[in-house]
Amino acid sequence: MAGFFSKLKEGLTKTRQNFVEKVEEVFTGRKKIDEELYEELEEVLIRSDVGVNTSFELVERLRKEVKQRKLSDPNELTAVLQELIAELLGEESSLTFAKQGPTIILVVGVNGVGKTTTIGKLANWLKRDGKRVIMAAGDTFRAAAIDQLEVWGERSGVEVIKQREGADPAAVAYDAVQAAKSRNVDVVIVDTAGRLHNKVNLMEELRKVKRVMDREIPGAPHEVLLVLDATTGQNALQQAKLFQEVAGVTGIVLTKLDGTAKGGVVLGIQGETHIPVKWIGIGEGMEDLRPFVPEDFASALFGTSQKV
Amino acid sequence: MFQGLSEKLQETFKRLKGKGKLKEADVSEAMREVRVALLEADVNFKVVKDFVAKVKERSIGQEVLESLSPAQHVIKIVHEEMIELMGGATGKILIASKPPTVIMLIGLQGAGKTTHAAKLANMLKKQGKHPLLVACDIYRPAAIKQLQVLGDQLKVPVFSMGQDNPRDIAKASIVHANQNGQDVVIIDTAGRLHINEELMGELRDIKSSVKPHEILLVVDAMTGQDAVNVAESFHSDLGLDGVILTKLDGDTRGGAALSIKAVTGCTIKFVGIGEKMDAIESFHPDRMASRILGMGDVLTLIEKA
Ligand SMILES: Nc1nc2c(ncn2[C@@H]2O[C@H](COP(=O)(O)OP(=O)(O)OP(=O)(O)O)[C@@H](O)[C@H]2O)c(=O)[nH]1
Ligand SMILES: Nc1nc2c(ncn2[C@@H]2O[C@H](COP(=O)(O)OP(=O)(O)OP(=O)(O)O)[C@@H](O)[C@H]2O)c(=O)[nH]1
Ligand SMILES: [Mg+2]
Ligand SMILES: [Mg+2]
Repeated sequence: MAGFFSKLKEGLTKTRQNFVEKVEEVFTGRKKIDEELYEELEEVLIRSDVGVNTSFELVERLRKEVKQRKLSDPNELTAVLQELIAELLGEESSLTFAKQGPTIILVVGVNGVGKTTTIGKLANWLKRDGKRVIMAAGDTFRAAAIDQLEVWGERSGVEVIKQREGADPAAVAYDAVQAAKSRNVDVVIVDTAGRLHNKVNLMEELRKVKRVMDREIPGAPHEVLLVLDATTGQNALQQAKLFQEVAGVTGIVLTKLDGTAKGGVVLGIQGETHIPVKWIGIGEGMEDLRPFVPEDFASALFGTSQKV
Repeated sequence: MFQGLSEKLQETFKRLKGKGKLKEADVSEAMREVRVALLEADVNFKVVKDFVAKVKERSIGQEVLESLSPAQHVIKIVHEEMIELMGGATGKILIASKPPTVIMLIGLQGAGKTTHAAKLANMLKKQGKHPLLVACDIYRPAAIKQLQVLGDQLKVPVFSMGQDNPRDIAKASIVHANQNGQDVVIIDTAGRLHINEELMGELRDIKSSVKPHEILLVVDAMTGQDAVNVAESFHSDLGLDGVILTKLDGDTRGGAALSIKAVTGCTIKFVGIGEKMDAIESFHPDRMASRILGMGDVLTLIEKA
């Protein structure tokens, strides 16, 4: 068995090594900047789920920079491309809080991306930050979704507002907002059931949840966070567009970056929707949430960063 | 983008007058468009490379069918090759000669394992079997409860031993099944990363203790370029018997289907098409090929030709 283990490990590190080496080869193994180099860069981007169009555009911009800056050393290119990517991703962006009264955060996304887990982590983060937080079990549909959130509530010592399974999510949202108003709470984070963006009825339900919140506290929700799974390919673009249209997304949480997927699709999303990425998920534990740092993400795309 | 593909191909071939044979230059141009379409559908970069090379080779020199334009003819070849690649036995759980048949579901976090364990139980129950669901996810908050709720809905018993060792739970479940006349055991496992050595070891332990007849990898149809890494790791580590592709009720092209089959050779047995307990179907390579290409209408026309 031992042999089998080490063989497997070898196999895996080889995959990763191959990838990193391959990327480094692109830049360092060459004497000059040529067509092949650009092609390989494009390949690296596509393999990180950046998408064909965005990859092409980025490489085009890189060409321009090379001309303008009169670069000739391939070694200088990684940094330039990372700069371009970070630029595309914009400034670091944090949560928006209500000017006064409780801040309502609504969390949305397709099935299984990590909404409930992210809420558990975020509640913990904000509580540590000295905020009074409650969570609302707005997923009344999925089996044991309420129980799942309650476990997170126990972990971080955060109260959960809930109704029974099958209840109207808008009614739960109403309860949550009421609780926030009457109990002097700083932040309410509302969970929702996973829903595919092409399901009209379920998307309509989200609109209703938002309407109820806005009626009780004008301007609420103050943040609508769309959770995206980094393993997702180009469909994430569609997710971002439709959730933005229906729910007015204000920020993205990119989860599961502890895997081997790179989540490059957020570059294309940036280009098309300008929704900032605000947080990343890097594991299943309570501490595995980090603010999104564009520069770190850009370098992680090229496998050169240890940070993500 | 994809209506785009057929339009672009028509465009590409507009300059081509008459029929005759497909020439290399024309085919190359068409292949550039096909390549982009496949990549946009999340087919893995390397798989696309190999696939396009193969299609190109087959296309050059072919006599264009009387009823088709050259563009349509190339698409026809692409489509056929895809079906060929994704084909093979589908949609069956092999029932062991000596019960219980043991099925184990594995995969990344949130892929749909628990839901599909229950869907499979439902399907097999309708076929006259007596399934037992086994809760081996001891990590995810309320994972056991989730399986119990689904089991209750379906009136299928659920075997659990709290946060005990998953290997022991799996082993005890077989004894339990034998004692209670349950002829199919479906083991739900915790979601895990393919690079998590410790948790992959746990799966190997379960495997060696219960010797499953079917180890099925559950994969989210929305998965991007990483699908091949994931499938390859799980396959080399556990030896997969098949794949369940979930969440196909979305609007993803689902290129992962092509990638996974190409890289592991494992057939996709079932697809998940919703959250409800009856939202499971056998896999159809032809439908999947049309979906990846995103040209249902064009293809229907071509198929008639
Ligand atoms: N590795 C890893 N796993 C994660 C991360 N975030 C969430 N998960 C896991 O992903 C799975 C799904 O997470 P949930 O929080 O239940 O996802 P959800 O979006 O609420 O799912 P639904 O409510 O069913 O739509 C769980 O097993 C989580 O532990 C992450 O950053 N990294
Ligand atoms: N739309 C749709 N949703 C699905 C499908 N299969 C599963 N889901 C949903 O996806 C989410 C995750 O499903 P689970 O069965 O909990 O996934 P899992 O692989 O067991 O997750 P972990 O145990 O956390 O790793 C839930 O919201 C399910 O309802 C499907 O075919 N279509
Ligand atoms: Mg949830
Ligand atoms: Mg599960």
